[in-house]
Amino acid sequence: MEKTIAGRTIAVNEEGYMTNFGEWNKEIGESLAKEAQIDLSQRHWDIIKYIQDEFKKESPLSIRKIGKSGVVDIKEFYALFPNAPLKTATKIAGIPKPASCI
Amino acid sequence: MNEFNGEIKKMMIILSKATLENVYAAFVLANGARMEGIESQVFFTFFGLEAIHKKKMEKLHVATVGNPAMHMPTMLGGIPGVEALVTYAMKKEMEKLDMPEIHEFLDILKASGVKLWACKLAVDMFHYKKEDLYDDIDGVITVGDFYKHSEGLGTHMLFI
Repeated sequence: MEKTIAGRTIAVNEEGYMTNFGEWNKEIGESLAKEAQIDLSQRHWDIIKYIQDEFKKESPLSIRKIGKSGVVDIKEFYALFPNAPLKTATKIAGIPKPASCI
Repeated sequence: MNEFNGEIKKMMIILSKATLENVYAAFVLANGARMEGIESQVFFTFFGLEAIHKKKMEKLHVATVGNPAMHMPTMLGGIPGVEALVTYAMKKEMEKLDMPEIHEFLDILKASGVKLWACKLAVDMFHYKKEDLYDDIDGVITVGDFYKHSEGLGTHMLFI
């Protein structure tokens, strides 16, 4: 599937996750955040950068891992991305939905 | 299925057993709900209380007797040390999957906004004191209180 956002056409899956991380840029991230009704602060960007770095290292993400990241603790993560934080944050970061149960 | 089109809004999980596999099932379900944006609460009753008992939570075991899925003769499962050995092997496998130990898992649940309740009747029966239990539980409550916390459309209840 394709979707037009921030003046560009990007490839997404049926749940709205980008399927080509190479197409992601900051403006697209901001627009995806707006769709998720999140106003991005510097704290959000710190987390998004961490998530993207882990994705580039092909290191699987989980809530436990986020908590041990040293970037954010679990409580703040839930506060910054209310309602399904890992799903929301990865969607904004332009990477696939983590297949994690923990 | 009319309420919220069947959408799940809240999971109320009752944990009544303290075998490791049941405790983990309850915790994964509670945490998984929060990960999906679903409210979740766990009610620890009867032997399930051991999962929030400071001293006992470290010593929970997998059941090797009366568990056909172990694929070992029941008599073998009953030999002293077998349960500990199987538990050790399972914990090692779970660590590989990034599964935390019980205490850390409770910390994760709390940080994720899961409410943890101890059953008053069971606490009284086992003569546990508040200080015996995990520090961050939300309270020791009656079954009536538990039902009160369960109110609302889209609530689902699960007994483990």
